[in-house]
Amino acid sequence: MLAEKQQANTLLSPEDCAEIDRWIGKYPPEQKLSATMPALRIVQDNHGGWLTTELMDAIADYLDVPAMAVYEVATFYSMYELKPVGKHKVCVCTNISCMLRGSDDVVTHFKNKLGISLGETTSDNKFTLKEVECLGACGGAPMMQVGKDYHENLTPEKIDEILAALD
Amino acid sequence: MANEVCFQHIHLENAWTLKVYESTGGYSVWRKILEEKTPPAEIIEQIKASGLRGRGGAGFPTGVKWGFMLNAPSELQKYIVCNSDEGEPGTFKDRDILRYNPHAVVEGMAIGAYAIGATAGYNYIRGEFWEPIQRFEEAIREAYDADLLGKNILGTGVNFDLYTHYGAGAYICGEESALLESIEGKKGQPRFKPPFPAQVGLYGKPTIINNTETLASIPTILSKGADWFVNLGVPNSGGAKLFSVSGHINKPGNYEIPMGTSFKELLEIAGGIREGHQLKAVIPGGSSTPVLKGDTMMEINMDYDSIAKAGSMLGAGSVIVMDDSTCMVKALARISHFYFEESCGQCTPCREGTGWLARILHRIFHGQGRKDDLDLLENVANGIMGQTICALGDAAAMPVLSFIKEFRDEFEYFIEHGKSKVTGEAAL
Ligand SMILES: Cc1cc2nc3c(=O)[nH]c(=O)nc-3n(C[C@H](O)[C@H](O)[C@H](O)COP(=O)(O)O)c2cc1C
Ligand code: FES
Repeated sequence: MLAEKQQANTLLSPEDCAEIDRWIGKYPPEQKLSATMPALRIVQDNHGGWLTTELMDAIADYLDVPAMAVYEVATFYSMYELKPVGKHKVCVCTNISCMLRGSDDVVTHFKNKLGISLGETTSDNKFTLKEVECLGACGGAPMMQVGKDYHENLTPEKIDEILAALD
Repeated sequence: MANEVCFQHIHLENAWTLKVYESTGGYSVWRKILEEKTPPAEIIEQIKASGLRGRGGAGFPTGVKWGFMLNAPSELQKYIVCNSDEGEPGTFKDRDILRYNPHAVVEGMAIGAYAIGATAGYNYIRGEFWEPIQRFEEAIREAYDADLLGKNILGTGVNFDLYTHYGAGAYICGEESALLESIEGKKGQPRFKPPFPAQVGLYGKPTIINNTETLASIPTILSKGADWFVNLGVPNSGGAKLFSVSGHINKPGNYEIPMGTSFKELLEIAGGIREGHQLKAVIPGGSSTPVLKGDTMMEINMDYDSIAKAGSMLGAGSVIVMDDSTCMVKALARISHFYFEESCGQCTPCREGTGWLARILHRIFHGQGRKDDLDLLENVANGIMGQTICALGDAAAMPVLSFIKEFRDEFEYFIEHGKSKVTGEAAL
């Protein structure tokens, strides 16, 4: 048991732990569970963009909370990925304001260009295309998020430029 | 008259920095309160007199909400929480407040905290908002460095620590009690009320939750005066408010205008409808609020009472404009899909009902509607309304009932002909 726990802990790098510690400090000392969401985000970002069960267990160990509590959170929120994703996660908003301004065409353009549909990853693992709900940027519709960046007022040309600039 | 409150200085270069914020009078209200030790009850009275109502959607009077805290036991830790989860489709104002005027939110939260006796606060910002998060965190850093936050602020003995918490993609966390659960590190499932957060809130402690725009309005209201603010607007709708205008409009964007401005004028400010098209419908307050016909909208004003009288709600001021090219079946199918995706699954009427609504609308939109589908939709929607712990259930039901009421012929046509009355197309 102890050996297992130690092994899980080694999955988190010193950088992961330092960053998680900084977040633990934002909450009252007896409320470490609050750091679950930030920990999942940090570990996901630092470990290839998705969360394995082992990583989630390591987080549970580190925060000293039940593994189930971490799984519950990881499965509830849409930004946590529980399956492998491509190097660049492309999130296209298709909600009402974006739809009114042509998000269908954005999705079609991606299909033609990358040969994948919503929810799929290119065979070279470079891009994952994800349909997302309103991202709070409806004034710039149609829009998408690639990694952390928002791109608004999309046109096919603009999408091509954005994709070309990604390595 | 536009941009007089939250957007007053956003045209300035580097408007988001402490330097520019202070050069326009920023933090002078906070400094004055600290210096004069203004009695909290006095601040709360001013906010009540200003007529400020919550900008997050429900429109609850902010001063009244803060007043609940005056009864809270003094020895208890208290919290102030800012709601920057901004997820209601059509809403994009808080993002711009955080990007261009983050210090107003910091100052508003500090003043609010002082007024309600809180020494700690969190701003819950949706996780996708990376740029706004950076701006807001930089503002916090600047404010700490200037001794405007932290312990023993400016040597006055007043303490206020301010932190961010990021969302991770869940519309339901905009609901205040789900938001608190989320900060506590849990799934975002709303709590039963009562008790209200002012009694049992974050970590079980008395807590006030306000929308970003509500809090960002506080410094200007207190510096220019409650009378000034209330008189900007109309009775029962004090002040000016940000309207996020999106959809079929020439200049989509955020417009901060006095409450009670006519929709016609707002439409003009936002550049009007595309040439060659007619206004067909408007969702005035975010995707959960009932849709109204364009003609109705052209007759009314943008304030709580006018919009309510016309049968909808001002909500978060998220105006979604649709011209005559819009297929209302497609629009509703998309909106209903959203509420189905975002139901947290806690209450059976919402979890099951949103699924039914989305599936029935999906089949109508795919040319497989059945004769009694409209009755079924209404039946399911009415079965959700008022039957759930939080208002997401109502938010899912209201669009369905209103779209069918206002545009019944389009739904009947789609069911009968298997294609859209507007575009002549059916989904594949
Ligand atoms: C499903 C749902 C989603 C909500 N989303 C938000 C939101 O994104 N931002 C917000 O400020 N309020 C949202 N609200 C309203 C909050 O519950 C709460 O009323 C508000 O934050 C209070 O602040 P205010 O009084 O300043 O408006 C939502 C409510 C519901 C039921
Ligand atoms: S609808 Fe796409 S960002 Fe809001």
